[in-house]
Amino acid sequence: MKFPIRYRHFEKIEKHAWLLGILTAFMVSLGGLAEITPLFMEAHRVQPADNIKPYGPLRLAGRDIYVREGCHVCHSQMIRKLQFETQRYGPYSVASESVYDRPFQWGSKRTGPDLARVGGKYTDAWQREHLIAPRSLVPESNMPAYPWLAEATIDPADIQARMRALRALGDPYSSESIAEAPEALKNKTELDALVAYLQGLGRNRPSPDALKGDAVP
Amino acid sequence: MPMSQTTETYDDQIVRLFLLAAVVWGAIGMSVGVFAAAQLYWPSLNFGVPWLTFSRIRPDHTFGVIFAFGGSALIGTCYYIVQRTGHTRLALGRLARFTFWGWQTACVLAMVTMPLGLTQSKEYAEPEWWIDILIAVTWVSFGVVFFATLARRRVQHIYVANWYYGAFIIAVGLLHIVNNMVIPVSLTKSYPIYSGAVDAMVQWWYGHNAVAFFLTAGFLGMMYYFVPRQARQPLWSYRFSIVNFWALISVYMWAGSHHLIYTALPDWVQSVGVAFSLVLLMPSWGSAANGLLTFNGSWHRLKTDPAAKFMVLSLVFYAAATFEGSMMALKSVNSLSHYTDWTVAHVHSGSLGWVAMITIGSLYAMAPRALGKPMYSRTAMEVHFWLHVAGTLIYIGGMWAAGVMEGVMWRETLANGSLAYSFMESLMAIKPLYVVRWLGGLFTLAGMGLMLWNLWHTADDARAHLIKPIPVPIPEPTHDQTPQPLTAASGGAS
Repeated sequence: MKFPIRYRHFEKIEKHAWLLGILTAFMVSLGGLAEITPLFMEAHRVQPADNIKPYGPLRLAGRDIYVREGCHVCHSQMIRKLQFETQRYGPYSVASESVYDRPFQWGSKRTGPDLARVGGKYTDAWQREHLIAPRSLVPESNMPAYPWLAEATIDPADIQARMRALRALGDPYSSESIAEAPEALKNKTELDALVAYLQGLGRNRPSPDALKGDAVP
Repeated sequence: MPMSQTTETYDDQIVRLFLLAAVVWGAIGMSVGVFAAAQLYWPSLNFGVPWLTFSRIRPDHTFGVIFAFGGSALIGTCYYIVQRTGHTRLALGRLARFTFWGWQTACVLAMVTMPLGLTQSKEYAEPEWWIDILIAVTWVSFGVVFFATLARRRVQHIYVANWYYGAFIIAVGLLHIVNNMVIPVSLTKSYPIYSGAVDAMVQWWYGHNAVAFFLTAGFLGMMYYFVPRQARQPLWSYRFSIVNFWALISVYMWAGSHHLIYTALPDWVQSVGVAFSLVLLMPSWGSAANGLLTFNGSWHRLKTDPAAKFMVLSLVFYAAATFEGSMMALKSVNSLSHYTDWTVAHVHSGSLGWVAMITIGSLYAMAPRALGKPMYSRTAMEVHFWLHVAGTLIYIGGMWAAGVMEGVMWRETLANGSLAYSFMESLMAIKPLYVVRWLGGLFTLAGMGLMLWNLWHTADDARAHLIKPIPVPIPEPTHDQTPQPLTAASGGAS
């Protein structure tokens, strides 16, 4: 059987594994390069707004517990630019709010409500009770109880190591702030840390001026 | 086809190992899923144990079914197919053994550490950095074995199934390494080098393309070999499969940002993702149509061959799930479906409908050849088919209803402009559907148990070392080889 001449070009690919492999690698790289590289450059060029600070030791510890327990499996932290979202959860989320989020916790599923602006919505006491026994406050809730958080204390040396790792990645932690971390973490339980993290969520929104033109990081 | 006598045999022992691992992991991964699903309705089912809690075991379910079950099935079938379509024994036998033990070790480590709270929290990339390194090393070894086997093939033309496996290996390696770039703090904790919106984009470039190249390209490789094999006739259009290949692998990589519509990701990236998601429908339906049309003229085989039934229905689900996916990437639909259980329904329509069914069909087709015996019980295969179909339909039906209900209730406003429902009201409305989903999961799991039992007995002889290696048929060299779809005779003598 004879194929038209143009087909011969393809035939070569079909008979040479290395050519097939290289072309495949090239084709699959395009999308990511086009979409991720500009974001990466942008993120490195723009400085975060003044009121956006890296997490303090207690809130950092709390955030890592949030990650460890898998809270993002059921709670998003991303209020979309939709009327019914901002009405329920508050002003929509902007990228500069999560510049110090490693890893990001935007989430993909809401079995529970969004938490991007939960900070200050409830009292510390409510948050503590709710984490230990959710159904004592919200009888219909299907959230798991996390009583073990109240019993575990935080290792200050571990948090200091984490702050140093984040500093190596470019997050602006001063040597003093790292040295002072054990003081802030003294006698704190994991529950204290997680509540501190939750109570700080969403309070870093840049001023309306800074948001002009949909500020990207 | 003429063949000369040779002592070279196919390396099927490694295929059998992966076959066993796949089915065992399938049962484990689905069990975790059923257990996690139950906790959404009965939250106290974690018995107060941290590592049995929903939020910690949900990644165990996803990792278990995608990487442990799907991964083992993919590597096993890949080793089987690359030998048959190249008329050659697998290259680098020892390295191939390493890929087996490396992959299984990585899976066990991941499944154990994630419930203990060691997680990077990125969906489908949860295991910590040192497990990621083991995965990367194993993956590169897998690639070396595959391409080394291709290099020693005796058929000049590379059959299309291998194209998809090749793309699967290259792309997944790239995705895994880029998305897991972290700075370790200790053995239990690391931080990604990306943060915030960049981290989100990298993660969903990974997450979406894990679906593209792990759950689609790899399984299409399986499909392009086993569907013609089971239909006992050539592919409907060989050249169409090549066109779809290039379209699929290049378009998929652009679509990841549709996971972040209306979020803080720049608008242009969102729009590019949406546009490419629509284009993606074409190569997806192209492959589905090619597979289904291959059965033209042999539809009667569905009456007698449960493996073929699994394959045909998997292609129908593939077409349905990819259509649904493209539609969910539209901004208007996404504003309703995102964050709801509709996403969960969509994922399971793809994973239970397409991925699991093409895998089960292919394993039922491969096992008798790799084990040297017909399947132990055809009735059990039939029952498995109906259990799986029932479970899938119950599951996705329930989650569709739940998702649409959530989406509608979250956006419903009263005449005065205020929101009509609290979040709790939406949860209470869908709670009964969480029981329905759990039941669907139970059906599917029961089917998987049946498959495990059936394969165990099919392998009775193989365990007793009675199995004879199958000789490689060496084709006569020809001068001007043209692409030939596999015929029953060349597709793996058994």
